[in-house]
Amino acid sequence: MTVAKKELLLDVQDLKVHFQIKKENAWPWTKPANLKAVNGVDLQLYAGETLGVVGESGCGKSTLARAIIGLIKATDGNVLWLGQDLTELDDKALRATRSDIQMIFQDPLASLNPRMTIGDIIAEPLRTLRPDIPKQEVSDRVQAMMMKVGLLPNLVNRYPHEFSGGQCQRIGIARALILEPKLIICDEPVSALDVSIQAQVVNLLKQLQREMNLSLIFIAHDLSVVKHISDRVVVMYLGNAVEVGTADALFADPQHPYTQALMSAVPIPDPNIEKGKDIQLLEGELPSPINPPSGCVFRTRCPHADAGCAEQVPSLSGSADHQSACLRLDALQAG
Amino acid sequence: MTLLNVKDLRVEFTTPEGAVTAVNNLNFSLNAGETLGIVGESGSGKTQTVFSMMGLLAKNGIVSGSAKFKGQEILGLPERELNKIRAEKIAMIFQDPMTSLNPYMKVGNQLAEVLVKHKGMSKKEALAEAVRMLDAVKIPEAQKRLNMYPHEFSGGMRQRVMIAMALLCSPELLIADEPTTALDVTVQAQILALLNELKRDFNTAIIMITHDLGVVAGACDKVLVMYAGRTMEYGSADDIFYRPTHPYSEGLLKAIPRLDSVGEELPTIPGNPPNLLSLPTGCPFQERCHRVQDRCRQEAPALHNFDAERLRACHADANQILEAS
Repeated sequence: MTVAKKELLLDVQDLKVHFQIKKENAWPWTKPANLKAVNGVDLQLYAGETLGVVGESGCGKSTLARAIIGLIKATDGNVLWLGQDLTELDDKALRATRSDIQMIFQDPLASLNPRMTIGDIIAEPLRTLRPDIPKQEVSDRVQAMMMKVGLLPNLVNRYPHEFSGGQCQRIGIARALILEPKLIICDEPVSALDVSIQAQVVNLLKQLQREMNLSLIFIAHDLSVVKHISDRVVVMYLGNAVEVGTADALFADPQHPYTQALMSAVPIPDPNIEKGKDIQLLEGELPSPINPPSGCVFRTRCPHADAGCAEQVPSLSGSADHQSACLRLDALQAG
Repeated sequence: MTLLNVKDLRVEFTTPEGAVTAVNNLNFSLNAGETLGIVGESGSGKTQTVFSMMGLLAKNGIVSGSAKFKGQEILGLPERELNKIRAEKIAMIFQDPMTSLNPYMKVGNQLAEVLVKHKGMSKKEALAEAVRMLDAVKIPEAQKRLNMYPHEFSGGMRQRVMIAMALLCSPELLIADEPTTALDVTVQAQILALLNELKRDFNTAIIMITHDLGVVAGACDKVLVMYAGRTMEYGSADDIFYRPTHPYSEGLLKAIPRLDSVGEELPTIPGNPPNLLSLPTGCPFQERCHRVQDRCRQEAPALHNFDAERLRACHADANQILEAS
């Protein structure tokens, strides 16, 4: 492993995304509620690295991805892409960055236009962003890309419904890669796929990453997959990053009580381990992001919370390799 | 005592493109207090297997074979007879809790309806029983929740309501079709713990359909691995997980990334699940199998005993596969 300083691609600083929610049947003059989907997240991504983002539904991981790429306007904070703040760019300037940042979506079939052939789907980013490329070259590139992601080039004139879920996800990957981007944001790319197909797509992403020196932001709720693919991992809960670290450090020694509970809940395909396992069940339900708990957002479900957790908001602290946001961390580690 | 005995179960659908055999000669049995896991990829016939037993097949579905529940044949029973068994003796939990609850009915009324219909209780008694059952599945403030509609519940809560509903008549067999697939891991852990408690407290037998081998490992005593409607391997959970003798179960187990191990490249099963309309002659798994032989392309392997408790359908030598792994 080289310790050489890698190029910092993306630097997200204190990103906040709040939605104004108008209540049903409310009076016209009632103030809309403020839903804090992402509430102050910092993260850094280096060239060639995979950053995993995990958390349960509703924790803000997809919103985070969409705010980075500009599909949702950030309420506050900065998204620095190679030093340039994406949140301040207008639509036209933002478009230019799109050839560097691409996205793969969760539902493979729904993210493909059913009335376009897959050749057109894969070529569309090229035609839109690089109109200078001649037709013949576009079609050559599409075919080369199809080979690369494991699709036969003679399928170019077929429509998405003729493909299986795994193949559709390969089409989505080809579309994202055709512009040779530096960063791909993958929003739950394998959660809709069968186990045997999931492994194929994960391997494909890893292989493409090696070949093209891609950076990935890999969002998933499946911790095992995230552990397998990521170099560094962010654990989110209710719009906040509660633990950040290298995959090795974080999974070997989860510090935040939420990460611990999350990890203990992941079923392991081994009857002896699974049946003897002590699962830390979380009490209660996820609080509403409209009205999050004061202080530490996890305190309402945390087995270790005390009175102090309601008053002070914890911030990430620890070594460069591993940080967590828990007020009682020292006490827990001592005890 | 054998609670459920399924022999040569076969489900066929007539479609405009031809006949599709969704389930092909399935055999399994289940004792009281046991949990059977049915695993396989989408389209492998897991759901149609249990639908056929519960009389829930689509109109173009034809079922043959035999499924005996406590000695009584339940395939092809008239609706009226079947309704006595459904809910009272065999209950089912469906995958998607939102679409399987009635959005127009208060949760309390939906639960009470079951008891009024099947047990002849009065509405008042039924509601009291519903509260007791919601308490049992650990829904807080059960009394207050009776007057709420399904959309006011979270996903995990809705699945608990479904489980409560299935348990109202204390069935002897509970069929759970992907009960936790739509849920987060922490909620999944809660639901699985709840199902294990039920098994312990009421000696309920459970058929758990899932594609998550981790869930199977934690919950099941026996496992049935299905592919393209057929049994690939059937045996105790320990045998299937530690000593698989079929290339498909072997491949499935290796293809899952595990939280407790590190690995670079995941071993995969190449190719895609087959199209049931145009299955190859011979073994349905041949195109994706790394142990394929000429024989596999000509004749489908018959289901045979490997040892006393285990069935497998594969031409490759079981001992060779065992030694290799």
